This record gives sequence, structure tokens and C-alpha cells, in this order.
Amino acid sequence: MLRFLLRRLGGAVVVLAIVAVLVFALTRLASGDPVALLLGDQATAADIAQARTRYGLDQPLPTQFGLWLGELAQGNLGQSIFLQQPVAQALLDRAEPTLFLALFAVAIAALIGVPAGMAAAIWRGSAADQAVSTVAMLGASVPSFWLGLILIQVFAVHLGWFPASGYGDPGTGFADRLLHLALPAVVLGLLNSALIIRFTRAAMLDILGEDYVRTARAKGLAERTVMLKHVLRNALVPIITVIGLTVALMIGGTVVTETVFNLPGVGNLVVRAVLRRDYPVIQGTLLVIAAIYVLINLLIDLLYTVADPRIRLEGK
Amino acid sequence: MSRLASTLRRLFARKIVLAAALVLLLVVATAIVFPWVSGADPNETAVTQRLHAPSSGHWAGTDELGRDVMLRIVHGARYSLLIGAITAAGAVAAGTLLGMLAGFFRRLDGPVMRLVDAMMAFPDILLGIALVAILGASLWNVMLALAVVYTPRVARVVRAATLVLRELLFVDAARALGVRTHRILASHILPNLASPILVQVTFIFAYAILAEAGLSFLGVGVPPEIPTWGTMIAGSIEYADRAFWTILSPGLAIVLTALSLQTLGDGVRDLLDPKLKKAS
Repeated sequence: MLRFLLRRLGGAVVVLAIVAVLVFALTRLASGDPVALLLGDQATAADIAQARTRYGLDQPLPTQFGLWLGELAQGNLGQSIFLQQPVAQALLDRAEPTLFLALFAVAIAALIGVPAGMAAAIWRGSAADQAVSTVAMLGASVPSFWLGLILIQVFAVHLGWFPASGYGDPGTGFADRLLHLALPAVVLGLLNSALIIRFTRAAMLDILGEDYVRTARAKGLAERTVMLKHVLRNALVPIITVIGLTVALMIGGTVVTETVFNLPGVGNLVVRAVLRRDYPVIQGTLLVIAAIYVLINLLIDLLYTVADPRIRLEGK
Repeated sequence: MSRLASTLRRLFARKIVLAAALVLLLVVATAIVFPWVSGADPNETAVTQRLHAPSSGHWAGTDELGRDVMLRIVHGARYSLLIGAITAAGAVAAGTLLGMLAGFFRRLDGPVMRLVDAMMAFPDILLGIALVAILGASLWNVMLALAVVYTPRVARVVRAATLVLRELLFVDAARALGVRTHRILASHILPNLASPILVQVTFIFAYAILAEAGLSFLGVGVPPEIPTWGTMIAGSIEYADRAFWTILSPGLAIVLTALSLQTLGDGVRDLLDPKLKKAS
């Protein structure tokens, strides 16, 4: 058990190290000088050189990477070139809308995905199964920003039920902020339910084929009892897993959705940073988001191991 | 030939898969033939006909410059399909190579798959915008960036399938006969990867069309003067309040095409050898 944990942890550390190298390489390969952009047309060569020294951009690349890693180890993600604030602070300032949006959307995705996937598995091969599969695939075929634009037109512009954009005035109440998140959460939730539907269906089908389900039916238990006590309870671990995975994937989805609804979140931050070549912000955000993804995956693996001893024994 | 015919018959036994294939055929045929036959210019502006609602003259209405939306969708199909096809081809070529190396050579498995894991830790669209920002926004760079984004996905599937194939008897037999490793990979492993790869092609084709639209919307995609379905929506957003059709119909074109591609891919997956099914 300990060996399995250590190996999994080691793997995650290696992946994170590669992520750090990729993030650094990506932003340094970029064309376009952010300092020249920041200082504008009026800047002299001397101004630019001075600013480059200030941001450490005049050092050789390996040195820059070393310096960056050293700072990272102290929890310092660097200083934004445009925002005049530390990247970590910029991320923290914008974490709330993104976090709430992701949680809200996952709740919607799970509420749609789990029952739909279960129904598809129970009535396998029926018209309902076909319909659920098609709807799941439809969810994976709709551009999220387009669905967002349509929902804004219908529910914000024409019906006026929800605000079209933003996160409310600063200091506004929680209920108002939730109202602002409703449409974006529906967009993300609908489109991300596909994965949960497919996974739930597959997990249920796996368990429906188990011997103990046949035994339960053979001893005359009511179908309802078999489904709830034998099938659903055992399918819960994979279902919870996929919900966790959806949270991780959702973080990427927020990038586009936050831009459509003009939510002041992390996704919005990174899009602006890309458009302005604010390297430290791009680096910091990519790194944090990738790290969250790796950690959620690690956590899922560990949970799985605790819940199902067969997995850790298989590895031996 | 009869084997192909029987495979196709089994593939199209599901009516929805047949419908998807027909839709795709129609989209591709229209995209290729119509602009060539009609000769109408999709960029021709008509100031007097700005933002006209759909009518018998303009089936999908006109946009903010008086251009015919339907004509632009047909022309845009060329670019959107091109982006999907090139992206899928690039991702499949690179992913297949990586996946086969990782799956066949135990010593490469660890390093290659850790790299793949690291790349998959970045959300698709985020990696896409970062890459396009670095490479510069152009049609080719969007395709290159998206091919990089989807390569790890293919690599994972191909690796899993290669792991299965490597242990099968015909590979052992080839090895015992003294067939060289690169020949085994090219003539014995690769042909058996065709179906899982084909499944990936259809899905990545669809994802690439969606991702291109997303990149255009974020302002880091194909230059706006090239009519793709994505740039059409992105360009008309500010008129959406007054002229809903300008964003509605290009979006429907994306949905229809992506849905058909994925349905077809799902159908192909159903035909897969059960041994490889898990890998896909």
C-alpha cells in the first residue's frame, strides 16, 4: 500500500516538473516583447533595457528558469507586467467567481448526468438509451461560447430573467452573485454532463453484469432493491470519480465561458494576459491550473485505492 | 472488396450512423462543389442590405456588411473542414508515433507517457490559446496549435492498443521469424491500429472545428477576413441583439457537423475488435 502511494506520488511530482518546464518553454518561445508593448512607442532603447533588467528578462534562459523555480519554491508566482500586482494576488482576487462557477456547473452536470446515465444503463438498447446517447453527443458538439450567446439573447435580453454579464457590483450579496452565475453555470453544466452520462452508464453496465447482481435477482429480491442496494451502491465510486474529473476539466471550460459572460474570474484573467503577452500571469495561471488538475487526478486515484482494494493489489 | 462492403453494411445498420454519414457527405460535397459552380463572392458587401432577416432571397439573412450569411457558411465550410482535417491528420500522425513507441518499447513508455500526462494537465482551450499566442494568429498556426493539443489524446489510445497487440501471437511469430522491429511496427502493429485511429480522427475532427470557433471568439484564432464558421460568429457578436441569425446559423452548422462526426466515430467504435475496444 505504502509503495503504491509513493509510486503514485512520485509520478505526480514528475508530471508537475514536466509541466513547469513546458510552461516556461511556452512563454519564452513567444514572439513579441512584452516590455516594448508595456512601455509603448515613446520608450527609448535605454528605458526598455532597464525594464528588461527589472523583470530579469536580460538573463540567459536557463538562469531565468532557475530563478523562476526558486521563486516558485517560495510560493512566489512573479509580478504581473500590466496589473502592477503579484500574480498570486491576481489569481486569488479572481478565484471566487471561477470556483463558484465550476462547483455550480458540476452540480448541474451531475444532476443531469447521473440519472440520465443510470436510466440508459437500466433500459439498455431501448429508445431511451439511444436518446440519452444522442443528447450526450450533442452536448459535446455545441461550442460553449455560442450556447452562451444564445442563452444571453433568450434569457437575459428578451426575457430579462438573468443578468447578461458580470458578477454584480462589488460587495453585492451572495444571492445576486449566484444569479449572475446561473446562465454560465447552465452552459458549462449542460455541455459537461456528457462525460458523466457516459461514465455512469458504463459503470452501471459493468456492475449489472456481476455475479452478485445475478445472485441478488436469483434469490428473488425486488428489482428496485437490486438496483439501489447492489448496483448503484457499487457504481458510486466510479461515478464520484468522474464527477471529480469533471471538476478538473471544468476549470478549462471556464476560460471561454467567463469571457462570454464577462465574469471577473481566472479564465478572464488568462485570456487578457495572453492578448497582452503578460508572461508572468500566463505562466502562473497555466502552472496553477495544471497543478490543480494533477492533484485532483492524484486524489481520485488515492480514493479509488481506498475504496477498492483490488486496484492496489493488482499493481503488485 | 466484399469485406469492406460487409463492414460498411454493419456500420450503417444503425440508422443514425447512416444519417450522420449522409449529412457529412452533403456538407463536404456542398463545400467543394457549390463555390466552384456558383462563382458568387462570399465577401461581396451590399451596404443597402445590412442585417436583413432570413428571406427567400437570403436564406440565412445578411450580416453587418450586407454579405449573404448562407453563402458565407458554405464558403466557411471549406475552411472549417480544412482545419478539422489537417488538425486531425497532424495529431494522428504525431500521436500514433508517440503511442506506438511508448506501447512497444518498455523503456520509452515511462518518459513518453509522463510527457503526455503533463500536456494533458493543461485544459485544451488554454493550451490552444497559449500556443496560438506564441506562434502568431494565422490559419496554419491555428491548425498546428490544435494538432499539438490533441496529440496526447491519440498517443494514449494508440499506446493502450499497442500494449494489447504486442502480446498477440502474430507479433511473437513475426519476431520468431526474425522480422526486424521497424517492420513489425509498420506491417504488423500499425494496420491493426487502423480502427482505433479512425475513431480518434472523427472525434478530433469535431473537436478541432469547435476549438477553432472558440479561439476565434477569444480573439486568438484565424484572422477575421478568412470566413470560417468560428470567425463568422465572432465577427457578428456585437450585432447579435439586432440580428440573431448572424450568429445562429454558423453555430448550427458547427453543431450539425460535429454531431455527425462524433456519431460516425461512435459507430466505428462499435465495430471495433473487442480486444482493442477497451483501449479506444
